[in-house]
Amino acid sequence: MSESKGVWVFSENYDLTLELLGKGWEIADKLQTELVAVFAGYDVQEKADEMVRYGADKVYLIDNPALESFQAEAYLSVLHDLAANYKPEIMLIGSTRNGKPLAARLATRLKTGCTPDCRRLSVDENGRLIGERITYGGNAVAKIASRTKPQIATVPARAFGKPEPQDRNGQVIKLDVKIEEPKTEIVETKPLETSGVKIEEAEVIISCGRGLEKKDDKALLEELGKVLGGQVGCSRPLAEDRKWFTEWVGLSGHKVKPKLYVACGISGVIQHVAGIRDAKTIVAINKDPEAPIFEVADYGVVGDLYEILPALTEALKKHLQ
Amino acid sequence: MKRIIVCLKQAVDVSQLKVDPATRHLITASAPKKISDFDKNALEEAIRIKEKIGEAEVCTVTVSSEDAKAVLREALAIGADKAYFVNDTGFQDVDTSGTACILAESIKKIGAFDLVVCGESSLDSFSGLVGSRLAELLNVPQITSVRKLSMEGDVVIAERTLEDAYETVKARMPALITVTREINQPRIPSLMMIMRASKKEIVTWTAADLNLPKEKIDAKIEVVEVVAPKTERKKIMITGENVAEIAEKLAKALVQEGVVGR
Ligand SMILES: Cc1cc2nc3c(=O)[nH]c(=O)nc-3n(C[C@H](O)[C@H](O)[C@H](O)COP(=O)(O)OP(=O)(O)OC[C@H]3O[C@@H](n4cnc5c(N)ncnc54)[C@H](O)[C@@H]3O)c2cc1C
Ligand SMILES: Nc1ncnc2c1ncn2[C@@H]1O[C@H](COP(=O)(O)O)[C@@H](O)[C@H]1O
Repeated sequence: MSESKGVWVFSENYDLTLELLGKGWEIADKLQTELVAVFAGYDVQEKADEMVRYGADKVYLIDNPALESFQAEAYLSVLHDLAANYKPEIMLIGSTRNGKPLAARLATRLKTGCTPDCRRLSVDENGRLIGERITYGGNAVAKIASRTKPQIATVPARAFGKPEPQDRNGQVIKLDVKIEEPKTEIVETKPLETSGVKIEEAEVIISCGRGLEKKDDKALLEELGKVLGGQVGCSRPLAEDRKWFTEWVGLSGHKVKPKLYVACGISGVIQHVAGIRDAKTIVAINKDPEAPIFEVADYGVVGDLYEILPALTEALKKHLQ
Repeated sequence: MKRIIVCLKQAVDVSQLKVDPATRHLITASAPKKISDFDKNALEEAIRIKEKIGEAEVCTVTVSSEDAKAVLREALAIGADKAYFVNDTGFQDVDTSGTACILAESIKKIGAFDLVVCGESSLDSFSGLVGSRLAELLNVPQITSVRKLSMEGDVVIAERTLEDAYETVKARMPALITVTREINQPRIPSLMMIMRASKKEIVTWTAADLNLPKEKIDAKIEVVEVVAPKTERKKIMITGENVAEIAEKLAKALVQEGVVGR
């Protein structure tokens, strides 16, 4: 066990890799060990050099045409081969829709644990990695340690900030590993129409729930959003059932951390609330005085969003002039 | 005949969980249980495949240290042909690694299969690991986050939801898929279906019936603490004579908080 060393990071998503490097740096510093980025791809030397500037002491670069796009078994075999050989102490893996299954299978091959979707990571007095994750549908936060090595944790995008690049030294080490044949075949990829804006980065979010009657009524929220420089969000049913949006806020959607979150016609079911815990101030507008959203709001208004929203927009316009 | 196996978890109904305000610990022991939501979608999808291809057997497998018969009966009423209940008090502290091992050994004992269907995540732990771990142990191709599924001979074709794209993927069966809630609207069993289900078989196994040396199911993780997050919200209700007055009071409060404007 004691031979394990180093904090490793991996994500097939480059931006997320940089975020992992930022957090990994902190952990490696505390443990007085090296920070390693594993980089699987094709024709990516330049980006590998850049990872050093973002904090990597070493970059293990596996540059191979078979790795050009994400293929589960190919990437899995690379990570498994390297981890089995070099025995990292900690592996942080980006929790994307491809990365999380990858981490789960890697942990299984390495016969170790895995703590998924960590929104906080720390090192305890015994040098163990402690991952914090939301559980029980948003009712609780669990702190989890691994009993086995490597200690694997997956980390969602934008849970941690990107570090500042610096002029520093590090090594990019090219390695050859045996790459496993994919067991699945990708037939087609259709880009998803997303709004393009990143709601996790918004300072102000005006969100609507099933209290909104028609799609066009979004305009009410957009008006307020314009005055406050904010973005419009929603609860899951508006995206998944009604298809008025492509993304939503909550446990299974985006976790947001704005200065101001205005929930209009949202009941405040625990899975929604799990996504807004880090908001500085929460305002709730709901017809029903018993709605649970009022229990987690700083300011509550019992009333019809169709009346309150336009009035609030007007009032704020005056204040902000 | 094709065999489709659905991994069905009995989960804590998180919408009915209570928190002890003094310790912020969850009161899980007395909390009601139900079929994990995504697993209902998994079961529904398996039944739809069966309806489409005609000849197929849909089996469910549930691993639990507690009683779960009500949940299994419900699955049979919804349309599963056979339910396997892997029940042992020794399973109390298993983690995702152990659960996947128990599921893998159970599935091997059930016999040859074409497709294993799991939920993307379970309602209570929401870890989203068990399906992938199981695919690895069974050494079969896996397709995760599936929102559309079809079969052609011994090939599954599935559309996955990624962060920024939909991806269509093919794999040769036997394979494992994990489904999202988008994939279908689960049916609600009728009284007839409930009655018919009472004749269907529940097979119960314990750890001793499976090849499960203790080290296989030893937890690889340690849960250090589980507490309800602190909610320190002001909970100020804004009231007034009319809408304009309420809006004005709220606007003022937000300006004072410093959360609007530059
Ligand atoms: C595993 C799982 C994961 C989930 N993940 C998420 C998630 O990430 N995000 C999410 O949001 N949900 C999620 N859900 C769904 C969640 O449980 C709720 O169903 C959902 O959040 C409810 O959305 P809502 O508040 O918009 O609708 P409702 O609960 O129907 O609430 C509508 C509210 O609008 C109010 N209202 C109606 N008309 C007006 C009006 N004119 N003016 C003011 N108020 C009005 C009503 O009083 C009511 O409180 C998840 C569920 C499961 C099982
Ligand atoms: N105890 C269990 N019994 C049967 N299936 C399970 C069990 N735990 C998890 N699963 C399956 O694995 C999926 C993902 O679970 P999880 O990794 O806990 O989020 C679930 O949707 C189920 O299909």
